[in-house]
Amino acid sequence: MSTEFIIAAIVTIVGLTTPILLAALGELVVEKAGVLNLGVEGMMLMGAICGFGATVSTFNPWIGILGAAAGGALSSMLFAVLVLELNSNQVATGLALTIFGTGLSSLMGLSYVGFIAPVFGSIFPASLASDPYLKVIFGYSPIVYFALAMVPIVAWFLKSTRAGMILRAVGENDLSAHSIGYSVKGVRYAAIAFGGAMAGIGGAYFSMVITPMWAEKMTAGRGWIALALVVFAGWRAGRLLVGAYFFGILMALELYAKAAGFSFLPSQFWAAMPYLMTVVALSVISMRDRSGGNAPACLGKPFLPST
Amino acid sequence: MAIITRRTFMQAAGAAATLPVLGNKAFAAEKIKIGFIFLGPVGDYGWTWAHNKGREQVEKELGDKVETVYVENVQEDASAIPVIRDLAQQGCKLIFTTSYGYMDQTVAVAKEFPNVKFEHCTGFKRADNVATYNSKFHEGRAVLGTIAGKMSKTGTLGYLGSYKVPEVVLGVNSFALAAQKQNPNAKVKLVLIDSWFDPPKEAAATETLINLGCDIVTTHTDSPGPLQILEQKKLYGFGQGADMSRFAPSAHLTAIEDIWGPYYVERVKMILDGSWKSSDTWDGMKEGTVVISPYNKVIPDDVKKMADDIQKGYKDGSYDIFKGPIYDQAGTLKVKEGETMKLADLAVIDWFVKGVESAA
Repeated sequence: MSTEFIIAAIVTIVGLTTPILLAALGELVVEKAGVLNLGVEGMMLMGAICGFGATVSTFNPWIGILGAAAGGALSSMLFAVLVLELNSNQVATGLALTIFGTGLSSLMGLSYVGFIAPVFGSIFPASLASDPYLKVIFGYSPIVYFALAMVPIVAWFLKSTRAGMILRAVGENDLSAHSIGYSVKGVRYAAIAFGGAMAGIGGAYFSMVITPMWAEKMTAGRGWIALALVVFAGWRAGRLLVGAYFFGILMALELYAKAAGFSFLPSQFWAAMPYLMTVVALSVISMRDRSGGNAPACLGKPFLPST
Repeated sequence: MAIITRRTFMQAAGAAATLPVLGNKAFAAEKIKIGFIFLGPVGDYGWTWAHNKGREQVEKELGDKVETVYVENVQEDASAIPVIRDLAQQGCKLIFTTSYGYMDQTVAVAKEFPNVKFEHCTGFKRADNVATYNSKFHEGRAVLGTIAGKMSKTGTLGYLGSYKVPEVVLGVNSFALAAQKQNPNAKVKLVLIDSWFDPPKEAAATETLINLGCDIVTTHTDSPGPLQILEQKKLYGFGQGADMSRFAPSAHLTAIEDIWGPYYVERVKMILDGSWKSSDTWDGMKEGTVVISPYNKVIPDDVKKMADDIQKGYKDGSYDIFKGPIYDQAGTLKVKEGETMKLADLAVIDWFVKGVESAA
């Protein structure tokens, strides 16, 4: 294997990993606040179309990415109102958000089919970004660096900031947090909006970076992999990064195994690997730690204060 | 008292005979429904987009007599059965199911509705009310293979496919055989991504093929995603199902366009005049269902001429890519010198030719 080969493989893996990393980081914060939002796929699609639409209209991918974040966050607010104000079942509402996002993005996208959009230029000088070797570090879209930067930021926020601790308190014991005067609903609204914005940017990575076009259902199920990734990572930002790249490598391996003509494992087995690994990781976590690992104690439960 | 004479009897009989005709006309005013089951979204700019163009042609030419309904994004599993059944219950008289994976589902629903006619695309199971139709896409693949064999510098060609179904196997074989006629050492690396429409995976698979040394990648999946990757890498590829040059102006060498409209119009007319019969139609370049898009200007003139000659050969019947000798991947002689594969054998082909590298 030559160096060029390895570099090209890494570039492919980064492309496969970045959108699920972004969406999973958002979902991690949402779940840490005690809310399970299964609508990631729908929010990614909303982000993908809003980002693409904003880019086509303004010819500016930076405004496009803001549009993507806004699209994802706005669609997540629909979910937030239903589960926080009306205490609807989070699982069912999340699934409904996925179905709704899929449909609405298709409808909004009707007038954008066949368009092409301007793409991000490199944020580094061309001598670095186009160098055959250095491009492995400098040759990506700005969204890739944004995703990587968000990992330590989210980890630091959850672990070391006051706001992060309140967010975790709300997710671990909403009634206690409420009784000492924190706004459980307010924290959860903010967390859900952040999750929506991150999923939206993740979705826009498909419609603005990998293949700059709009096509219905173009995220093709990556939202579900992001959801599995949060569990796989045991609700920890650092492990989320490792897990995202592990999943990315698995996805790339499937394609390399096929192209290179290896047939020792059926291709469907490769495609099922991320989910299989999540089940394995969950089993290991629960065997090691009887309390159910790092899962926030109030995850998925409605908040029903007595007063 | 009316006396029935021969003359008045004939008049009455004549009046009676016109009644059903009038009845038919009254019924036709309600418009006959024609249903379509689509695999992807109509905006995929590929396979489903092309079928939808065909549907639009039916609306345009026969819109005063028929109305069309369609369902998109229908999975190729058991969940297709209620969708097809629903179209039949809505009163569709003719239903087109437009992908190979609807074969058994179409036959199953057809048994429940003996008065509804069904047409299944690219399959081989027929019944009294189930016809099949297909297009010889592999004729187009022979043109693409010729261009690729001439223009590839590495001699390693990429083929991005969906599933191992006869349509894809035929495409791969035709592409490989045509390329090997220009460059006997040409190899075709094949990746089947287990999906017809998954832009991120199509893009990643294209990158993988490029990384493994392919400098031309042809796609047998339905999105323009792979072409956009090729455009970014300044390499070449081909469109699938429709002219995709707007997505990749310099990478897009040409495309195979699927033209379904004339067939759909013809079959719907048969429903209207009652002459519809189950049949097996497999048209190609000669009938105009497979069309090659305008060539990219980077293709040299001599290559353009070779591509044109193959098209001409298919139109007048003098050319066939599946002429022996043909060897399979293991090197076994499958088609003897001087023999040509028959359509019946092509329809169920499940082996790849020599020079195709794939995971089984």
